[in-house]
Amino acid sequence: MQWDGLSPAIYVGFSNYIELLDDEYFYISLANNLKWLIFFMLAVPIGLGLAIFLNQTIFGIRLIKSLFFFPFVISQVVIGIIFAWFYNPRGVIGPFLETIGLGNYAILADENFATYGIIFAGIYPQIAYCMILYLTGLNNLNMDQIEAGRMDGAKGLSLFKNIILPQLKPATFLAIVVTVIGSLRSFDMVAIMTQGGPWGSTNVLAYYMFETALSEYGYRMGYGSAIAAVLFTIMMFYILFFIYRMYQSEKKGL
Amino acid sequence: MRKILATLIAIASLGYSSAFAGTLVINTDLTDSAPKAAFDWAFTKFQEENPDVTIEVNNFDHEGYKQAIRNFLTTNPPDVFNWYAGNRMLPFVRAGLVEDVSDIWSDTGWVDGNLTEGMSHAKKPMTIGGKQWGIPYTYYQWGVYYRKDLFTANGISVPTTWDEFVAACATLKAAGITPITIGSKYLWTTAGVFDYLNLRTNGYEFHMALTKGEIPYTDPRVHAVFDKWDELVKPGYFLENHAALAWQEAIAPMVNGEAAMYVMGNFSVAVMKEGGLRDSNLGFFQFPEITPGIPMAEEAPTDTMHIASGAKNKIDAKRFLIFLSRADVQEEMNKTLGQLPVNSGSKVNPDPFLEAGLDMLNNAYAMAQFYDRDAPAEMASEGMKGFQEYMVNPDRRNKILERLEKVRQRVYK
Repeated sequence: MQWDGLSPAIYVGFSNYIELLDDEYFYISLANNLKWLIFFMLAVPIGLGLAIFLNQTIFGIRLIKSLFFFPFVISQVVIGIIFAWFYNPRGVIGPFLETIGLGNYAILADENFATYGIIFAGIYPQIAYCMILYLTGLNNLNMDQIEAGRMDGAKGLSLFKNIILPQLKPATFLAIVVTVIGSLRSFDMVAIMTQGGPWGSTNVLAYYMFETALSEYGYRMGYGSAIAAVLFTIMMFYILFFIYRMYQSEKKGL
Repeated sequence: MRKILATLIAIASLGYSSAFAGTLVINTDLTDSAPKAAFDWAFTKFQEENPDVTIEVNNFDHEGYKQAIRNFLTTNPPDVFNWYAGNRMLPFVRAGLVEDVSDIWSDTGWVDGNLTEGMSHAKKPMTIGGKQWGIPYTYYQWGVYYRKDLFTANGISVPTTWDEFVAACATLKAAGITPITIGSKYLWTTAGVFDYLNLRTNGYEFHMALTKGEIPYTDPRVHAVFDKWDELVKPGYFLENHAALAWQEAIAPMVNGEAAMYVMGNFSVAVMKEGGLRDSNLGFFQFPEITPGIPMAEEAPTDTMHIASGAKNKIDAKRFLIFLSRADVQEEMNKTLGQLPVNSGSKVNPDPFLEAGLDMLNNAYAMAQFYDRDAPAEMASEGMKGFQEYMVNPDRRNKILERLEKVRQRVYK
């Protein structure tokens, strides 16, 4: 379809998809989605590490836990705005680098690293989320098994790997699922921090779809739909895999 | 008490006028304080003069308006709405959503002022297919804003030719001052630079032909524009990291005395003055000549008022448009707006920037709207992305222009 929301829609067959294959912004967006997926996964081990670190009984730990949980409470939009300030050449990081003699640097203006700058901002609340998932998991650990493991001489890393981690499996699974979903809906951070810029280098599929179909400069509904269809297909693979896994584990459980 | 009284009067007048004549529904996005004050004044004045008309205003948020206009024009059209001249109104005109108002331009029994006389120079941007589709009520100039004190300190006089301009940049750079500041995060500032280089290198007709899609972006004349741009970008005369800055943020180096010039629209003066610059150290000059002999055209984005084709009260809508184009009305409104009235019979505030702008525009060969208003939205967005990429990576020029050419072929087919 070719439709701008005003004039009559025209049927154009597959030409939107053919154009998509020859669109460098599309590939940039796809590659960025991949970067998001890979680096967003870091939230899971970091969250686990923090959870174990915080799973102690010392005075005031509740307060510290709640402080670590704080990023998840703040709205994504606020986090995006605050990080954009940090990254601004006249904000925090740029002037700091300048004073230690490395020269002013604005990550969001650098096409090669701007995406990582946004991912870093996005991962910040995600870590808190994963941490919470693991903290609840750690609370439900079976103490008998740990005791039994200790008796058998397991300690440190081997205790963690062989006894604690398997028990945290449901938490891990949930953390991975929410993180993957989080990385696929990376729209908000991109929209707030760069609007896909500089020159489209931080676009992700969701934002590119919005930009072509609905932004002030776009109104190519057909093309936007084509991008949406691609994004949907990618998600579909993931969702099918997820459902399959659930099905398998339930069968095992029965 | 006064408030209650005003409400009572408003209610009373509502009852009074609806009994006699129509309501005039006006949709606007003029929510900023100055435009809002200007229009509140205009609405009151219009009602004073036409007690039989009741004005009903729907105010939209500025960003939301760009989306909302598509909805309300198709589903629930107001009588009058504000928008922009040039190609920005083209999709709506083409979709038959805007009323043809050629009759109020051509003096056929409508005009009680002298619309055709005072506004003839602004007729062109309002014309599509030989007809006029609205009236302009305000515009503002673009040009180079500069720090007078930095120029004096470095022995630079206001450049009028390209060579002088480049030499001035070199002197400033050598003195450790960023010659030209710019914040290109939201892209459009780059288009201002491109437009001026293009208008000065190739002229107004070429600018219009390019934005109408008649000239390929790989044309040698487009390359000539980028050759000139190279002379500024390659030696690093623009502010570094500009892609991370909004246009207001890029004013800070200028206020601090770290940067000397800004190619900008007149609306930036207010921000610069808020930052602490004064008439004594802030100046304005016309973008210098590049190709000698090419008539100097200027950028003057124009804000306009239109009638929806689905309007219920077209008679009063036309009366309102005529009212809005009157010299005395535009004069008063633009005093509040801090911009230039379009009607040449109006006077401007005694402000050095407005006076300089008015003088420049009155002598201008022609007025371009701006790259993103003259070119269709899709082309403009790709073009401005390309300009931004070029300003950071000037060696990618060929790749960028080829990409823009691909977009041009798609957009204008």
